[in-house]
Amino acid sequence: MISDPRFHGAVKRLGEIPKVYLVLSSKGGVGKSLISTLLSYYSSLKEVPTGLLDLDFTNPSTHIILGVKPGEISYKEEKGLEPFKIGKLSYFSIISFTRDNPLVLKGDEARNVMREVLSIVNWTGVQKLFIDTPPGLGDEQLEAIYNLKSLVKPIVVSTPHNLSIQSVLRLVKILRDAGFSEILFVENMGNGKLEAFADAEGLNYVGYIPFVENIESCIGSTLKIENCVLKQYFEAILSKT
Amino acid sequence: MVHEWALAESIVLFLENNGFRKIKTLKIGLGILQSVDKEIFNFSLQELLKDKGLIVETLEIVDENAELVCNTCGFRWGLSPESMNEAVKESIHFVPESIHAFAKCPKCGSRDFSIIQGRGVRIIEVTAE
Repeated sequence: MISDPRFHGAVKRLGEIPKVYLVLSSKGGVGKSLISTLLSYYSSLKEVPTGLLDLDFTNPSTHIILGVKPGEISYKEEKGLEPFKIGKLSYFSIISFTRDNPLVLKGDEARNVMREVLSIVNWTGVQKLFIDTPPGLGDEQLEAIYNLKSLVKPIVVSTPHNLSIQSVLRLVKILRDAGFSEILFVENMGNGKLEAFADAEGLNYVGYIPFVENIESCIGSTLKIENCVLKQYFEAILSKT
Repeated sequence: MVHEWALAESIVLFLENNGFRKIKTLKIGLGILQSVDKEIFNFSLQELLKDKGLIVETLEIVDENAELVCNTCGFRWGLSPESMNEAVKESIHFVPESIHAFAKCPKCGSRDFSIIQGRGVRIIEVTAE
């Protein structure tokens, strides 16, 4: 039994959300933040109460994709903190507290922040929560993989490049060792060719997002997101979650 | 009801999940870095304990001074939220580690420091009856 009281608060709050997806990749730069942000935003447009939690404390970027400035984000206190609303999306990022200052977190401090945030943010009513994680396998991922595994479902993101695929194989091994029976897999900047790879590895391939030259046209405001040429691909993935 | 409710709720969930029903002593530390309102926290705790049917014979809530240590030069220093502006104080109230975005070692200027005491709410001691 974990002796940190906040852990018990975190388990209760996450346990009240029917579907919690942990968007992961052990390789940086594969588009985790884009995938988690656009999946959550498009989900919220479909009248599904949806949340997005940015767990990348040292380098948060989901607010940039959504086009909100750190100073614009605020939380109402109601038995904890109520997420900020962006359209119909419920949103939480530590950027509202740290502003654009660099945040150096070592060892247990990242885990401390994660437990604090998970135990105080009140997601009441949210049916689907997407959690964006930092790259690699740090304290945030290990906490979720080993201590919150019964509450979250992993979505692993990879590009079709060998460096990313090899890294993902190591992550999948850890997820399997931890006891995850279902691992969702999203191919980013690809064309569907990783479906065979996912099948061979026993991953649940939920779709791909093709490479576009000008991704800037899809990020930076909710209007851009709503008119993004990639929307149909995200909606296809959402239909399988 | 404010943020203190969630902090108190975690304490009560911990007690409940660990099988505590009748508690002889419960001592809780409030790190001053987090500026928790002791009165509201105490009220929330009492309400939640009552709701869960948990009985605490002796409840003690104590302040804990904040102490930080620089991982570069080893300097140790204390920090009080009173010395901070309201925006910073509020950020640290919700997530104490936000201090890393605003403070540096006063001796060498390093951002590589750790909070070694007084970050937030913790159970110092709990004994069953």
